[in-house]
Amino acid sequence: MDTFLLLLAPALAATINAGTPLMLAAFGLLVNEKAGVLNLGAEGMMLLAAISGFAVTVGTGSATLGFIAGALGGMAAAAFFAVMVLWLNTNQYATGLALSIFGAGLSAFVGIPYTGISLKSTSMAIPVLSKIPFVGPVLFNHHPMVYIALVLCATLAWFLNHSRTGLVLRAAGESPESAHALGYNVRMIRLAAILFGGACCGLAGAYLALVYTPLWQEGMTAGKGWIALALTTFACWKPWRVVAGALLFGGVTILQLNLQGLGVAVPSQIMAMLPYVATIVVLALISRNPDWIRLNIPASLGKNFNPNSA
Amino acid sequence: MPDLKKRSTLKAGLLVVASSMMLTACGDKTETKTAVTPAATPAAAPAAAAPASGPLKVAFVYVGPVGDGGWTFAHDQGRKAVEAAFGDKVQTTFVEKVPESSDAERVFRDLASQGNKLIFGTTFGYMEPMLKVAKDFPDVKFEHATGYKTAPNMAVYETKTFEGAYLAGVLAGKTTKTNKLGVVASFPIPEVIRNINAFTLGAQSVNPAVTTRAVWVSSWFDPAKERDAAMTMIGQGVDVLIQNTDSPATLQAAEEKGVNAFGWDSDMSAYGPKAHVGSAVINWAPYYKQAVQSALDGTWKNGETWWGVKEKSIDLANVNASVPEEAKKAMEEKKAQLAEGKAIVFTGPIVDQSGKEVVAAGKEAEIGMLKGMNFYVKGVEGSIPK
Repeated sequence: MDTFLLLLAPALAATINAGTPLMLAAFGLLVNEKAGVLNLGAEGMMLLAAISGFAVTVGTGSATLGFIAGALGGMAAAAFFAVMVLWLNTNQYATGLALSIFGAGLSAFVGIPYTGISLKSTSMAIPVLSKIPFVGPVLFNHHPMVYIALVLCATLAWFLNHSRTGLVLRAAGESPESAHALGYNVRMIRLAAILFGGACCGLAGAYLALVYTPLWQEGMTAGKGWIALALTTFACWKPWRVVAGALLFGGVTILQLNLQGLGVAVPSQIMAMLPYVATIVVLALISRNPDWIRLNIPASLGKNFNPNSA
Repeated sequence: MPDLKKRSTLKAGLLVVASSMMLTACGDKTETKTAVTPAATPAAAPAAAAPASGPLKVAFVYVGPVGDGGWTFAHDQGRKAVEAAFGDKVQTTFVEKVPESSDAERVFRDLASQGNKLIFGTTFGYMEPMLKVAKDFPDVKFEHATGYKTAPNMAVYETKTFEGAYLAGVLAGKTTKTNKLGVVASFPIPEVIRNINAFTLGAQSVNPAVTTRAVWVSSWFDPAKERDAAMTMIGQGVDVLIQNTDSPATLQAAEEKGVNAFGWDSDMSAYGPKAHVGSAVINWAPYYKQAVQSALDGTWKNGETWWGVKEKSIDLANVNASVPEEAKKAMEEKKAQLAEGKAIVFTGPIVDQSGKEVVAAGKEAEIGMLKGMNFYVKGVEGSIPK
């Protein structure tokens, strides 16, 4: 039992580490989708944020500035998306996909001089709590961003369900025509949501490049943006479920590595596929009950709204 | 009415911005994935075929980025050595980050059509694309690293990386405290399995109690996965790591967690000064210089070359000062034997995981077994993934 716990602690800690970027990106996407906008460009935004954050940290030496730069990078990409979707009324899905591809290419181009540079990784051990035998290393030995993500989750849960502004945001996502008729500026609400989403995906991207793997590599998100998108649906647009889902998907990646290390013989290709297969399986399971999705999905998700022709 | 006008101006403006961005981006680059960088010497006009008196055009195709600090970095050092040694007689170019897929065939064709007469492909996965292109360009010489198929105008070359792994194993066996060793491995091909076995045999030669485990990341260069794999094994009690991948992520992870690791293919000590025990450095310069010289002389042959410590192609370099003297001496002794050409790594008795003796005592493993190695020696945990 002792050895099992000894093995379990680092695996759980690694799961939390792996789940954090998924969580952060999913929070941003959640706010986006609650406002009725589906931003498929998560992958592109995360990559652009990763290279911005990495470049700034290499240049200034400060990880905090790196995270801010990452958030700004994500916001800039999201602003581009917002202009296209809100003012030019382009199809949200196509624009999001284009942003994904554009972000991947641009970040690879900008990142060429940064290949091979490495940063010191930082994690913060909370002084007393991290010494507690099992719980300490699992919960209290992480980078500050992990705790910020959890605080963000609590804030979002309160904001969306218990505040006036959150209600207005949800109204813009359920029925923008009604919100518009009541006098709310749906465009601005959606713009704010998209920018917030970009900032969160930016933080997630910066986390990947500064904490998770402190090296720059082209395409380093490896599909995490897409997993985050699936995650918001899986979590039925509820922040705490996003946390659970992120830990699940992060855990699958860590699980396959731990199984390999323990000598369990599973073909390596299956191991590598596991997180993405888990995503598909989960989506298939929740799609079995269409009523359930219809109850939870923001009614106007993905539909453009033009105030001038409302 | 007024809104329509505003919208079309905005659209026109965005179109101008987008098209100017596209035009500047298409300016000097060919693709987003590959970057062609001409050498310091000015590029000769590509249209004219190089006359006999012009410089020999040599091209290198890399699977990873030159800045990887590992495999591709080492090859590029070799290319630079060729430039330094031959000066005006050669003109080198390289293309990096070419994936092991149909993209590779296109790149080799491009290079052959541009007048390159000697082309090096530096990864196993280029084998089939190179064979195809070699058939279509009989006057261009192709050299494939770590492969096994040849053609009249295609040779294969490789470095005995397993000798480096063996020497690293000797140091690992002496410096481990938990007797658990780990390998961050790429693909289950004979080259990698050979290295895992050599590492284990080296460690067992000084410390019979060690065990080795491997985690497969299914990529040659993926720092994120390599780091995850290293962290996982460290969490399971491994305290000396080695890799068969191309980035320094494993060494960095070891540095963070206070365990030991080796540099692979290049000197990686800068990435983890305290954790670094030594680096199995590949020196491609001797081989590349010989290949270019033979191409210039007209004595180029399509053989198979496999050089090791004796030919100065691989060395366990930059051993950390904190490694105990006794360990260093043990390693130096083995290195001296390898330098004389003695095949001490896979000389029996070698026992596989099931206990069966696969190489008899005192006998050397046959070349067929080495090139097609598909079993783990006793002491390696787990089984080889399919």
